[in-house]
Amino acid sequence: MEPADELLNDQASLEISADPMRLNMGPSHPAMHGTVRMVIDLDGENLINLDVQPGYLHRGFEKSCERGTWAQVFPYADRLNYVSPMLNNVGWSLAVEKLLGIEVPERCQYYRVILGELARITDHFTCNGASAMELGAFTPFLWLLKVRDWVWDILERETGARMTHSFGRIGGMAAPPTATFKDDVLRLIPEVHKVVKETEIMLVRNRIFLDRMQGVGVLTKEQALSYGVTGPMARSTGLPYDVRKDHPYLVYDRFDFDVPVGEDGDNWDRFMVRLEEIRQSVRIIEQAIEQMPDDGPVNVDDPRIVFPEKDDVYTTIEATIAHFKLVMEGLRTPKGEFYSFTEGGNGELGFHIVSDGSGTPYRVRVRPPSWYNLSASREMLLGGMIADIIPTFGSVNMIGGECDR
Amino acid sequence: MTQAVVDRLKAQFEERVLETSDAFGDHELVIAVTDWVEVAQFMKDDGDLQMDHFIDLTAIDYPERESARFDVVLMLRSSVTGARIRMRTYVKDGEEPGTLSEVWSGANWAEREIWDMFGIKFKDHPDLRRILLYEEFVGHPLRKDYPIDKAQPLVPYREVDDTDKLPPFGIEEGQPFARIDWESRLAGSDNQVSPAIGVQQGQRRTLSDSEAAQQIQARIAERMAKDE
Repeated sequence: MEPADELLNDQASLEISADPMRLNMGPSHPAMHGTVRMVIDLDGENLINLDVQPGYLHRGFEKSCERGTWAQVFPYADRLNYVSPMLNNVGWSLAVEKLLGIEVPERCQYYRVILGELARITDHFTCNGASAMELGAFTPFLWLLKVRDWVWDILERETGARMTHSFGRIGGMAAPPTATFKDDVLRLIPEVHKVVKETEIMLVRNRIFLDRMQGVGVLTKEQALSYGVTGPMARSTGLPYDVRKDHPYLVYDRFDFDVPVGEDGDNWDRFMVRLEEIRQSVRIIEQAIEQMPDDGPVNVDDPRIVFPEKDDVYTTIEATIAHFKLVMEGLRTPKGEFYSFTEGGNGELGFHIVSDGSGTPYRVRVRPPSWYNLSASREMLLGGMIADIIPTFGSVNMIGGECDR
Repeated sequence: MTQAVVDRLKAQFEERVLETSDAFGDHELVIAVTDWVEVAQFMKDDGDLQMDHFIDLTAIDYPERESARFDVVLMLRSSVTGARIRMRTYVKDGEEPGTLSEVWSGANWAEREIWDMFGIKFKDHPDLRRILLYEEFVGHPLRKDYPIDKAQPLVPYREVDDTDKLPPFGIEEGQPFARIDWESRLAGSDNQVSPAIGVQQGQRRTLSDSEAAQQIQARIAERMAKDE
């Protein structure tokens, strides 16, 4: 007799154990975007205990920043929230510029706004598309990612890279807008509207989708405040906090846009807040394109801060030396400590910076929105069922690079 | 708006607010580590302040400061008034500030991260485990005296001998220069800031000086000699 048959004959083994079952979800699991591990205790299908364990993508961002110059942080910042790297680039530029006490020219401010909002659109597209896909709706995922790819085409034309652009510079951008930039973006806008509309038609009245999303993964306003939740996730609970509105940076105070808020703080509200935010981002982009000057400088006129033109670097000794000094020594910053924050894809992306006056950051603390959003997920999941982990975790939109740094 | 928070706290706690500042427009107050939880709790509960939105909690290491080695910094926001405030305390190595995780749930993970990265313990924290690193990890990497190129792999690195590949995959691979070599700076033997100057003066090793690189150079030379 085979051992398996013996087991079957043993009646006791067929009885269901009354003890809770411990299950590991992740760190390598299709629904755990990036890498996060959840140790869950199950009573049948109900979650009775849960431990969320991040850290599998920890690369030592903050330690690495203490190693080089201020400008060398840009590539690291790209890899924080790798779904919307441009927003991190802009955030870091603004932080260092605050330390230096400079403001970039208006044309650059609009340029940063437009590129940042394009990145926000890709971020929300990815999150909503992946949320839908994990619940079995593959088509909206493909539609959304199709348009995300077109957004990336524009970003690629502008920056030379599809994802990790490293395009921000202290005191400006790596390159001025291309000649066709405005036309490209304007041509894209109807497509964004179209695909958002299509996604709504596909999902918003879909019974299966509604049942998985509505009333699941509820986060209250009080919990959101206490856990330090920000961004679309906080807004879904009815908390109208958006850094772009409450503490306007760049030229956000010149645009007319709304901050969508939810009521229940469930998966459905998070999904809808993100969809609506895509529309609001498009509104901002439309206004910014209208207001953005067609010519004028992009970078600050200060050779101590901004890299000289590449042509000059290769032909004149002054520019060569300036380039060398900026690369090898980096720019000298005043002493100081401050907190600079912007609205990232998932919420308030803050840089707490300590400068000791040398060319190297003394301490860079990133306030990662995903970190605090994820820390609230235990509360949202407990008491639910194991299948609810997938849509809830999807709508939290934890980005490993940013959460674990 | 935010200045009002500082004034209110000064009126309430008087000389227990040790310092205040508003550099770069960030309003900040410094309090003693013994008052840490009490002031935080007051800020959340007080009807005028209502600093209910937890923003961030972090630490900064100053190994050369004699009075207290660490700064612990708390950032808060009020969802009612929109005011923001930063609160700081100085913590000696080994000293344990009280936990804020009872006041704001978000402080739970933040304090775990500070324990993990700086080795500051928080009194009465419900679950003070490492969070980003693994339990077997020795030391606290964001302390300045933790070398940036130190590696503690759980799975040993592959031996290089039986392959023709060059690094990166050895222990020396991890970016063996930094602008400030804290180990030698604390020992008083390194004071420069530029890596290029450090190499010139022989204070700093370069990637090609590293043991692994030299081994590989030797092996390549050996193989070339054999081929000839």
